[in-house]
Amino acid sequence: MPEDFEPRIVAFFCNWCTYLAADLAGTSRIKYLPNAEVVRVMCSGRIDVQFVLKAFAKGADGVLIGGCHPGDCHYQEGNYKCLRRFRLVQRLLKQMGIEQERLRLEWISAAEGDRVRVVINDMVQTLKRLGPAPKLVEQAADLTEVNA
Amino acid sequence: MSENNGSNGAVRIGVYTCHCGANIAATVDVKAVAEYARSLPNVAVSREYKYMCSDPGQDLIRQDIRDHQLNRVVVASCSPHLHEHTFRTALKVGGLNPFFFHMVNIREQASWVHENKIHATRKAKDLVRAAVRRVARHEALERGRVAIHPDVLVVGGGIAGIHAALTLANAGKHVFLVEREATIGGHMAKFDKTFPTLDCAACILTPKMSAVRAHPNITLWTYAEVTQVDGFVGSYKVTVNRRPRYVDEDLCAGCLDCIEACVYKQAKVPDEFNMNLGKRKPIYVPFPQAVPLVPVIDPETCIQFKSGKCKKTCVDACGERHAINLRAEAKQETIEVGTVILSTGFQTFDAARTPEYGYGVHPNVYTALEVERLVNASGPTNGEVVMRDGKTPGAVGIIHCVGSRDERTNRWCSRVCCMYSLKLAHLIKEHTGAEIFNFYIDMRTPGKGFEEFYQKLLSERVHFVRGRVAEVTDWALQPSEEGKLVIQVEDTLAGFVRRIPVDMVVLATGLEPHADAQEVRRMFNITCAREGFFLERHPKLAPVNTFTDGIFLAGCCQGPKDIPDTVAQAGAAAAEAMALIDAGYVETEPNTAHVMEEVCAGCKTCIPMCPYHAISFMLDIHKSHINEALCKGCGTCVAACPAGAIKQNLFDDDEIFEEIEGILTNA
Amino acid sequence: MNPYGYFPGCSLRATGVAYEESLLTLFRLLDLPLEELRDWNCCGATSYMSIDEESAFQLSARNLALAHKAECRDLLAPCSACYLVLRKTQDYVERYPAIGKRVKESLAAANLPVLDGVRVRHPLEVLYTDVGVERIRSRVVRKWSGGRVACYYGCQIVRPFEEVDRAHNPTRMDELLGAIGAPTVEYPLKTACCGGALTGTMHPIGVRMNYILLKEAVRKGAQAIVTVCPLCQYNLDAYQSEIRGKTSTPVDMPILYFTQVLGWALGADAESLGLKRAISGRKFLEQWFSKETQEAEAYV
Repeated sequence: MPEDFEPRIVAFFCNWCTYLAADLAGTSRIKYLPNAEVVRVMCSGRIDVQFVLKAFAKGADGVLIGGCHPGDCHYQEGNYKCLRRFRLVQRLLKQMGIEQERLRLEWISAAEGDRVRVVINDMVQTLKRLGPAPKLVEQAADLTEVNA
Repeated sequence: MSENNGSNGAVRIGVYTCHCGANIAATVDVKAVAEYARSLPNVAVSREYKYMCSDPGQDLIRQDIRDHQLNRVVVASCSPHLHEHTFRTALKVGGLNPFFFHMVNIREQASWVHENKIHATRKAKDLVRAAVRRVARHEALERGRVAIHPDVLVVGGGIAGIHAALTLANAGKHVFLVEREATIGGHMAKFDKTFPTLDCAACILTPKMSAVRAHPNITLWTYAEVTQVDGFVGSYKVTVNRRPRYVDEDLCAGCLDCIEACVYKQAKVPDEFNMNLGKRKPIYVPFPQAVPLVPVIDPETCIQFKSGKCKKTCVDACGERHAINLRAEAKQETIEVGTVILSTGFQTFDAARTPEYGYGVHPNVYTALEVERLVNASGPTNGEVVMRDGKTPGAVGIIHCVGSRDERTNRWCSRVCCMYSLKLAHLIKEHTGAEIFNFYIDMRTPGKGFEEFYQKLLSERVHFVRGRVAEVTDWALQPSEEGKLVIQVEDTLAGFVRRIPVDMVVLATGLEPHADAQEVRRMFNITCAREGFFLERHPKLAPVNTFTDGIFLAGCCQGPKDIPDTVAQAGAAAAEAMALIDAGYVETEPNTAHVMEEVCAGCKTCIPMCPYHAISFMLDIHKSHINEALCKGCGTCVAACPAGAIKQNLFDDDEIFEEIEGILTNA
Repeated sequence: MNPYGYFPGCSLRATGVAYEESLLTLFRLLDLPLEELRDWNCCGATSYMSIDEESAFQLSARNLALAHKAECRDLLAPCSACYLVLRKTQDYVERYPAIGKRVKESLAAANLPVLDGVRVRHPLEVLYTDVGVERIRSRVVRKWSGGRVACYYGCQIVRPFEEVDRAHNPTRMDELLGAIGAPTVEYPLKTACCGGALTGTMHPIGVRMNYILLKEAVRKGAQAIVTVCPLCQYNLDAYQSEIRGKTSTPVDMPILYFTQVLGWALGADAESLGLKRAISGRKFLEQWFSKETQEAEAYV
């Protein structure tokens, strides 16, 4: 793998906890590696399995999901549902030959600005070790063949 | 001007990259970002400007919408939590539906957190590209409105809750004031005098307490706790558990004959109000000016409750009023309110956690709150500073920062301790003439009249030693220390270690969040900051709002502060609540979900997903239906639907896919 | 069970030999196997650390690396200074990458690259945690007929690491001695420094610190002081005649190791506990640990 490989991480942060934590890291001027780019969702429960697959398909080396701690979800239980889906998509990725460490779920509360730094830096190191993610190819559904 | 809802032909996007002074521009090459944005598909205009949120900044947007027929806008600047609303309003004023807007965070999540300029700029470009792709998919949306129930719930009856309740009640709003203890007044009721004016705390507090009692717009429930909260801003349904006092509030006349008549001729139970320095009877009022002035019976210590065999002289003393009801039970009340003010206060640091100061080991080591009760004329020693061993101290040491500014216990400064330590120094000296030593790290006297108060103490010949006390010990190095408590401290200004023998040690214990702060905040669906105090929406500009609409904070539950700041904050919280109530409605974020009936297969997967029970199943057409008035926009059902039949406004699958692809497309 | 690795350190083979004698006797009585770490070297104690910290860490780390190589999970260091130096080395190597790097480099040169996985422990904590107060109480065969004792913990086993006991007002030794029936006094100076090496380098200051400890023990009604550290024991023991001469305090107090006291209660004889090596308070020792009391009936 090239010396200068910089992993690309797509991060899905929930609006009320993790996104605020990332903002707090900003106001506290905490420095961390720039490899992650954030897509804001209202709740980690919004995260569809397809988002994760799309990210890997379009070239992400890692996907990070950030939500509220269990019991603290702004919408009561959305993070639990996210957890269930996360387990499902973990197994799916395994079958596709994508290493488990490339998908990461973290509970980060609005007060934990420094944790954002710790998690992102750690994930970048892990991905640097693993190298670029295997390429997923998105098949467009060709319905003409189905009804033959 | 009729609103442009973007349905006429080509997408025309305006992209604005903000410098935010040097906050963004020093790290992100904003000109390059703007240049790059200009090259993206559908971008009609791309500008960079020093302060996009300012009036001229917003004017740029408004002008360009007109001049360039923009129908989408992207602003790359700070966090949407700060200015999404600002820019959406700018769009509206410019004649465009406000939801044709997307904001890119290149400050909190880029320029402020990355040092490498090349990477920060690359990241900004990626995010702008993603936003440009996403915003093309945005549709026109309208905000919903939720009516605000005019009643207010204030949780916690200390000075913060009292002031907020009175302010609202005077404005004609109906307030439920719920307090866990048997009386309102909070910690302030325990103080003797308040700094810096040395006003008697009870004298300034009790009139407000009486006003609460008398006010027709305030429903006061003491000895009560909130146990459940449902609903959302505008219509909170709250369950309050009112514990039994065993004395009926409506029938009691406040004569207190029952207490006098109690079979316990002497008070024997440790008195919590007096910090366990005095005693009370099983039937008691916390203090003589309690509001409501209705006794409470403590079932843990009352003979009747423990053995069933009491003469019940209290009931006899009450006579024909029949106010005592030993069979009373807890009562659940359910109320509906539109807004809530949390003013639950603080607890003091437990001095047992700093064992080097000997609290609980040496009898003459006290906490500040205990000393407040000692110097108070209505306290357990009638205002005499008499120690546990019966003696009056000739020398007193007051140790600042116990449980504050300390890596081993609490890191924060508790803000009030320097001032109250000065106050106690003054009061103890006044009562006893003793020699007083204050041991401090820094003297924090920032308020109005505070520095002058410190000067006054200096002129009273109180000794000030700058150093963090290492130990309070009873071992005597030399004969003059026999029988004393020795304070061992490095006097950092003098440059050597000192041993100072005193008779009494006072620990200036810090302020902490209540032990059950986490449970309370979960009930109200707000968050706590790292130290455990309730989290405000913005530390500078929104110190009383929380991230949950309709829930406001007042007083020390949000962070340590003194009485003037607490009262100011309580007034602010009341004003915020009033603003909502008087507006009559609050506008909701239109990020609700709806079912596309033609795609819905009727599998019912979504129904149990919704925590707000917003999804119902329509049996006649065998499809799910979402009540958008109840939907809070979390999106869980959207992700769960196997058929992809649910769309969420503002967070639709297609919009998010565009963002993902936009991020990852290599520039 | 797995034997404990045993790091005697230099003192236990010299002035502190009574500590080793009584420790080995006590552990044998309690069926706790000890295996001496082969080829151990001096830990450097406080002296080396004050002069050249970097080399001191390397020197001490060699013992940890040896322990790792010997697959030793628990390394017992009875001397307080050895305990603290080894424990501190572990902590600093982990927390400060620069130190860790230097240490591991020099260890690698000696073919001992790894020092993880070893728990540095003190016999006081081992007796409290692994054996337990109740088990000690059940093994007592001899009633304590000695005087009241002040339990003296010294500073290094309770600061900054609180794994052996609390830094402020530790009580584990008091509890163990309570289990064998020895009456303990309240001793507010139980964690105050004995002066350590100062009795050698700045003698008047060191002796004065010992004087303060002894005087307070007398004042609190103690007739003996029980310690955990060979230097504390030596300091408190060796200068009492000097103190008697220079002050008006008639102190002549036995300074015992906790292993000696516990060993005696569990049935060991005076010889195997190294009691003859004491300097001060010999006449009390003769009474308390005499042949007669040795043959006393079993303590129920």
